[in-house]
Amino acid sequence: MQATETDTRSGNGTGEPSRIPVVLTINGTERRLEVEPWTTLLDLLRERLDLTGSKKGCDHGQCGACTVLVDDRRVNACLTLAVMLDGASVTTVEGLAQDGQLHPVQDAFVEHDAFQCGYCTPGQICSAVGLLKEGRAQSDDEIRELMSGNLCRCGAYVNIVAAVRQVMDGTGAGR
Amino acid sequence: MNRFSYVRPDAVAAAVRERASDPGARFIAGGTNLLDLMKYDVEAPSRLIDITRLPLRDIQEIDGGLRIGALVPNSDLAYDPRIEERYPLLASAILAGASPQLRNMATTGGNLLQRTRCVYFYDTATPCNKRTPGSGCSAIGGINRQHAILGASEHCIATNPSDMGVALAALRANVRVAGPDGERTIPFSEFHRLPGDEPQRDNNLAADELILSVDLPAEHFAANYTYLKLRERLSYAFALVSVAAALRLEDGKIAEARLALGGVAHKPWRDEEAEELLRGQPAERASFEQAALRILSGARGFGENDFKIELARRAIVRALEQAAAGTPQSQSDKRVQ
Ligand SMILES: Cc1cc2nc3c(=O)[nH]c(=O)nc-3n(C[C@H](O)[C@H](O)[C@H](O)COP(=O)(O)OP(=O)(O)OC[C@H]3O[C@@H](n4cnc5c(N)ncnc54)[C@H](O)[C@@H]3O)c2cc1C
Ligand code: SF4
Ligand code: FES
Ligand code: FES
Repeated sequence: MQATETDTRSGNGTGEPSRIPVVLTINGTERRLEVEPWTTLLDLLRERLDLTGSKKGCDHGQCGACTVLVDDRRVNACLTLAVMLDGASVTTVEGLAQDGQLHPVQDAFVEHDAFQCGYCTPGQICSAVGLLKEGRAQSDDEIRELMSGNLCRCGAYVNIVAAVRQVMDGTGAGR
Repeated sequence: MNRFSYVRPDAVAAAVRERASDPGARFIAGGTNLLDLMKYDVEAPSRLIDITRLPLRDIQEIDGGLRIGALVPNSDLAYDPRIEERYPLLASAILAGASPQLRNMATTGGNLLQRTRCVYFYDTATPCNKRTPGSGCSAIGGINRQHAILGASEHCIATNPSDMGVALAALRANVRVAGPDGERTIPFSEFHRLPGDEPQRDNNLAADELILSVDLPAEHFAANYTYLKLRERLSYAFALVSVAAALRLEDGKIAEARLALGGVAHKPWRDEEAEELLRGQPAERASFEQAALRILSGARGFGENDFKIELARRAIVRALEQAAAGTPQSQSDKRVQ
């Protein structure tokens, strides 16, 4: 599904001439965009591309609500400048499901009730997908430590660990 | 965030030229410290020089040691098999810092140049000599639980928050830099500065110098080491006190010792006399107590952080015991054995 879209929305009224062309592949779709250098990846996703799954909790790298995958690595979108990603591939929570099927981590979060308000959840899920790709966590202690960049105000941590554990062990009830 | 222009040079010389031609410009690598500060208007660069496409991403063998490119991400460094096997102290210290996401972004050079700082440094409504020289230090007589107990001055009592830097101090790394006049190498102990009467300067790098690599010497202490980090919660918090300890043991005696502290000073704190004191001593508690007393001999609290002196003393002894026993602190199961 390689569509190419060109963003045609224009300036932000500052009179700055400094929009810079970048090519980003976002959830599998190549997008040619022009961005001001001060636009963070998080603001680009939420404010211009209507991908509001990634959340802005702190905007300072402290909470993990903005976690997305850049070239398959989990990062904080709030501390990433979009212009610096020219050529990169970005996956947000909206891009995890394939062919109408939830990603196994999404299934596991549902199965384990790994959330309450859901605000931290897109970041938790992207972070867990990153953690599984890294393959460093074995024990529950290691899952907790390697998920520590994602805070949950509702305190759903116990069920989040159980959900990640289930995918890691491949013991999901669904598939 | 202020408005700025953006360039992305693909050669070191071009990056250095850009920086030299505009005093308001800043290099940006992982961006995790610089953008954080820009969002608080503590930094407001006229131009960002994106150095992430420079060819500084390799880890190479040199003289029995390793040369770590300035752009190697913290997570790649910590999980590199050569680092895990030969410099586990460095891997452990890196994994004790920040979060997995931040470590994926943060670079080797950027980590060393993250600002020595405190809460007031971030708050532009308060006086801070580091942010605005001459305005005063809000932490002296203010909130100073996180602050320095060693090497502070009446102008600034902030601490350097890098965990990686504490291990690099213990390992006696060198920092290789490039400037308009060529390259030079700075021993790690001379890289960061104490605040003195110029707290705005965290290190001895010139404004137009770029870090190329961090070079690790051959001696790596893979058998007897630990990185012990004590903080307000078990993960994802800056150190109150951290200790990098490394020993080379021969017949139960200490042939060589390395000891560096984090969270206690404006720079990663090392004391050669304390290391010297351990040499030739039996690897046991009494020797460790002596070294702890020596390294903390000039320690002084500022009220809320008085507890750090005793905390540091105990942490040093415990860390040296962990190192001697070959039972390094786990960075996932945080129980201190
Ligand atoms: C929420 C949070 C928690 C954190 N917790 C910890 C922690 O527990 N322990 C810890 O150690 N750290 C912690 N950090 C700090 C983190 O490790 C640093 O922000 C990071 O290492 C900086 O690297 P960077 O590549 O992102 O630097 P950048 O932000 O890109 O740059 C930092 C500075 O270095 C300069 N610079 C970068 N590269 C070079 C170069 N090659 N040559 C010359 N100048 C250069 C830049 O101009 C800038 O001034 C935390 C950060 C956050 C946001
Ligand atoms: S300790 Fe240093 S950084 Fe903190 S307020 Fe004082 S001068 Fe500023
Ligand atoms: S919004 Fe990015 S870490 Fe909180
Ligand atoms: S579910 Fe509410 S913050 Fe995590």
